[in-house]
Parts: sequence; structure tokens; C-alpha cells
Amino acid sequence: MAVQALDAARVPIDWQRLALPAVLVVVAYGLIPAYASSYLVEAILLPFLALSLAAVGLNLLTGYCGQLSLGSSAFMAVGAFAAYNFNLRVDGLPLAATMILAGISAAGIGVVFGLPSLRLRGFYLAVSTLAAQFFVQWALTKFGWFSNYNPSGVISAPHLIVAGFPLDGATGRYLLSVTTVIVLTALVWRLVNSATGRNFIAVRDNETAARVIGVPVLRTKLLAFAISSFIIGVAGVLWAFTYLRTVEPAGFNLDRSFQILFIIIIGGLASMRGAFLGAAFIVVFPLVLSRLGAFLFGGLFDSGVLDMSQRIVLGALIIIFLIAEPSGLSALFDRLKRRIGSRSS
Amino acid sequence: MSYYDFLFAIEVLVGGLLSGVMYSLVAIGFVLIYKTSGVLNFAQGSMVLFAALTFVSLVERGIPFALSLLITFAVMVALGFTIERIVLRPLVNRSPMTLFMATLGLSYIIEGAAQLMWGTQVHGLDLGIDDTPFEVGGILISSFDLLAAGIAAAMVAGLSAFFYWTRIGLAFRAVADDQFAALAVGLRLPRIWGTVWTAAGFVALVAGLLWGARLGVQFSLSLIVLKALPVLVLGGFDSILGAIVGGLIIGASEKLAEVYLGPFVGGGIEGWFAYALALVVLLVRPSGLFGQKTVERV
Repeated sequence: MAVQALDAARVPIDWQRLALPAVLVVVAYGLIPAYASSYLVEAILLPFLALSLAAVGLNLLTGYCGQLSLGSSAFMAVGAFAAYNFNLRVDGLPLAATMILAGISAAGIGVVFGLPSLRLRGFYLAVSTLAAQFFVQWALTKFGWFSNYNPSGVISAPHLIVAGFPLDGATGRYLLSVTTVIVLTALVWRLVNSATGRNFIAVRDNETAARVIGVPVLRTKLLAFAISSFIIGVAGVLWAFTYLRTVEPAGFNLDRSFQILFIIIIGGLASMRGAFLGAAFIVVFPLVLSRLGAFLFGGLFDSGVLDMSQRIVLGALIIIFLIAEPSGLSALFDRLKRRIGSRSS
Repeated sequence: MSYYDFLFAIEVLVGGLLSGVMYSLVAIGFVLIYKTSGVLNFAQGSMVLFAALTFVSLVERGIPFALSLLITFAVMVALGFTIERIVLRPLVNRSPMTLFMATLGLSYIIEGAAQLMWGTQVHGLDLGIDDTPFEVGGILISSFDLLAAGIAAAMVAGLSAFFYWTRIGLAFRAVADDQFAALAVGLRLPRIWGTVWTAAGFVALVAGLLWGARLGVQFSLSLIVLKALPVLVLGGFDSILGAIVGGLIIGASEKLAEVYLGPFVGGGIEGWFAYALALVVLLVRPSGLFGQKTVERV
């Protein structure tokens, strides 16, 4: 810690590095709420924000700590259903507290299903995270209590009120979502650049070596599971409360888990920016493909064909990225920036 | 427990064991590829779907049974070598996780392609085996299941013989043991991998026909990959014997749990019980019952 403090004091503030975040804040809080159409907010920005946050969470676990998880959407489900129940059963609980409690619930479940990671490596662990996926989905469907005995297991979002302001409109939900994402992303950013973050990377790169140099491997892994599940849980709350508004356990299926994994592969493992680039890609790509298909093939391109060709193109992209650009869109973005930079100077 | 309860328990057990053989059938395809290339092939399930769907569609178009089988096998050979050329070769020497994620992508492509080509409707598949249960000592046994078990046993015997008594089998074992050493003595890795994927394709075809006859040929056929994974974990990823024993244990305990444990928790536990069981075993033996222990070096 002392070394870090010294570093911080010595390095002058880099204004160029602050320019991009500043522009993003202006866009996120100024331009979008003022000008974006409600279609843009409802159909693109809200799912984008929720998936980005989930990807940030999974990236922490898989990208930084090297523990492959195929159960992300189970933790989203835990977050969403926990938030629903806390809000329902505790009178007057502020929304922020609900979200934090939901995150803590997801973290708890995450630690339980992370426990096998203390003994297991690689594929054996990946398969055991599938247990979380199936168990959580089964429990939420089977026990009516979780959905307040709704006959089809569906939960609906409550009124969203923060400090007396109702946030039920599209813009309100967007502001809630974007603020949550920014706060949590900033915290994760701090974390990965701290000693703990370096422990994560050490465990990922060589677990035995990390143990030899004194990294508390077991604690580090469980911490990664806990924090990652916390973030994914909160992402689940955003998914359920700000984007879909009504969700059922079946909505958090294995395909959603794969989707989040694909986001971090396409965006770039172990990159904060990658989670956002990947999520933007995954949200926009089906819309572009359906427009393109309809344009090129007209009526031949029905929803069945669209669904299948979407799968094929997505699968092909995954393989292409793994072969040609293993660091994902994030690295592509960097190269592009460097090329433009070298041309202008 | 009365005599009839006992008989019932035995019947559940036998039914479970036989359905476990069906799980093993899928799991063997995984083991073949994992043993020789260290890749956990998530696309095995979609290969099962692809093979079954291709075969059924050919038969429905009036092509004779044997010829359809031959054509489908040829298609699986082509698929195996294409996968080796396009997906695996560029990814040589990359981490096992990368390869796993590539097969995840691959499974999306194969599923999409199979259904884009042959449509998404459910096809019935009749192999000409009648599925009337018969009685042995007061226990009902499905003849179809018994035949499936026989086919699985024959396949395992065939594969084992192939692995131990042929030159290419020897090459497989060499590659499984040490890829670099195998390359050093002049084995052609691309061709061996292509062959292994073909063998896995053949296993997928057999599994696809049997499962397809059971469930109908449709998209959900590719989900049997999720049934095979706990079997693999339990038995160890690199052991054919493990896949068989794992399948039997999972099949039997899953059915017994559903009958005797299910009512206490509201039923429907088949989806995750196998995983929970596999996890418990893993906590005691982290590389499965028969899996090779990894030696750690820095």
C-alpha cells in the first residue's frame, strides 16, 4: 500500500487520460437522457447496461482470476429474486439497500458454489458451476415462496423510487442503471489495480507458483467468486427491474450464461473496456443481422432462419476471435487508436 | 420393506443402469477427443444432433437405411477433418480453456447449420426395434434399453481393441501420452486428430440413432451433452472405463433419487442431482474416479 501511495504522489495528473471518462459522463448524463428516443433506451441501452455489468463481474472471475464459470445467469437470477423478496418483505427498504442486499445474497450463493474451486481445476470446476445453473433455476421454479406464490413463477418489478424521486419511466430507469454500472465498474477498476487484483492474476497465470510466493490462493479464489457473484447479482437486479420488468426463472437459463461468456470472449478477457464493447456487440448484433437479412433475402428470411443464422454467425465469430484476436474487441480498439494516433502525428 | 417394494427398487435400479448406458454412449465421444487432444469438446452434443438429423432426413427422402447410414458416416468424416483443419489447427498450443470455448462456438455453428439445413420440426425415428418390456423374475426390463446397452458394450470393446491392437490406435495412445514426443517420432498430429474427431463423430452417430429413436430427433437431442458432463466429471475426463462406470452410477442413482428422494423436495431433481453427485465425488477425488492425476510444476 505504501508503495502505491508513493506512486500516486509522484505521477502527475494525466489530463489526456481523464478526457475520455469526462466525455462519457457528459454523454451518459447529458446527451442520452435529453435526446435518446425511448426505443433506443428500452431496447438497446437498458439490456446493454445490465449485460455489461454482468460481463464485468464474470470478467473478474474468468478473465482476471482464471476460473471459468458457466453459471453466471444463475447468479443473476439469485440477485433478481432476492431483490424482489427484500423489497416485498421489508417495508420501506431503500432501493440502494435492496440492491446491495441482493448482491450480498448472490455473493453468498457464489461462495457456496465457489467452494469446489478450492479442490478443482479447469474443466472440473467449469462443470461444477453448471450445478449452480441447474440447481438455482430448479429451486426458484419449485419453491413458490421465491416468487410470492405467483402461479407461473413470474416476478414483476416494484416501483423504483430513489430519495423520493420516482424512476419508473424509461429515462429514470436508464439513470438508475447507468449510475449503478458506473459506481460498480469504478470499484472493480480500483480492485483489479490493487494488491488483491494482482493476486487474482497470479492465481490465473500459475496457481502453484502463486502459492509458492505466498499468495493466499484459497482466499483469493473465494473472494473472486464472492465479488464476481455480487456484481452479477446486481446486474440481475438491473435486468429484472430496469430492463424486462417481469421475469421468470426460465429467463435465466444456460443460454444467458453462455451469452455473458461470449461477451467477455468477444470483448476481451481481463479488460474492463472489453466487457462494454462485447455487450454492445451482443445487443446490437441480432438487430443488425435481422435488418441485413430482411434487406438481402426479403421474405425468405423468417424468424426461424434468423434464429439459426444468428447462432451460426455468433459461433463463427467466437472461433474467429479466439484464433485471430484472442484479446478481443478491446485489443482491436487499441490497435485502431494507435494507427489513427500515428497517422496524425 | 415388503417383497414387492424390493422388486420395485430393483426395477428402478435396472432401469437406471440401462439409461446410464445411454449417458455413457455420449460420454465416450468426449473421452476419445479429450484423451488424444486435451480438448473438452462441448460440441459433442450438437454432433449427436447433426448426425441423427442428417440420417433421419435422408431416410425420409426415400434413401435406403444402409445407404443413409453410409452417407451420414461420410458426412461425419468430412465434418471431423474440417473441424481439425479450420478450428483446431490454428489453435494448436493454446490453453485448454481457449479450445473449450472454441468448441462452444462450434456447437452453436453445428446446431444452427443442422437445423437450417433440415428444418426444426421433430422427426420420428424407427430403428425397427420393438420396445416392449419383458419380464425377468418379476422385473420389467425394456428390450430397447437392453439392446442399447449391448450396442454400447460392443462399441467399447471395439474401441478398446482398436486402441490396443492397431497401429493408428498406438499412435492415438502416443499422442494422448505426450504430444511433443509423438511429433518428434514423426506422427502426423493433424491426421490423427482428424481421425479422432471422425471416431467421435461415429460415436455421435450411434448415440444419435439410439437417443433419437427414444426421444425423437429434435433440437433437445443436443442437450444430452448436459447429461454427459456429470458422467465425465464423475468418471474422469480421460478414461473410457470411467465414462462407463460414471454413466452407470449416474443413471442408477439419478433414478433412485427421483423415486425415493424426489417426493420430499417436490420432484424434478433429475436436472441437477447428477451434478450434485458428481461434485460430492470430486471433493474426495478431484480428478474423478478413474481420471489421471495431474502433476503440478512451476
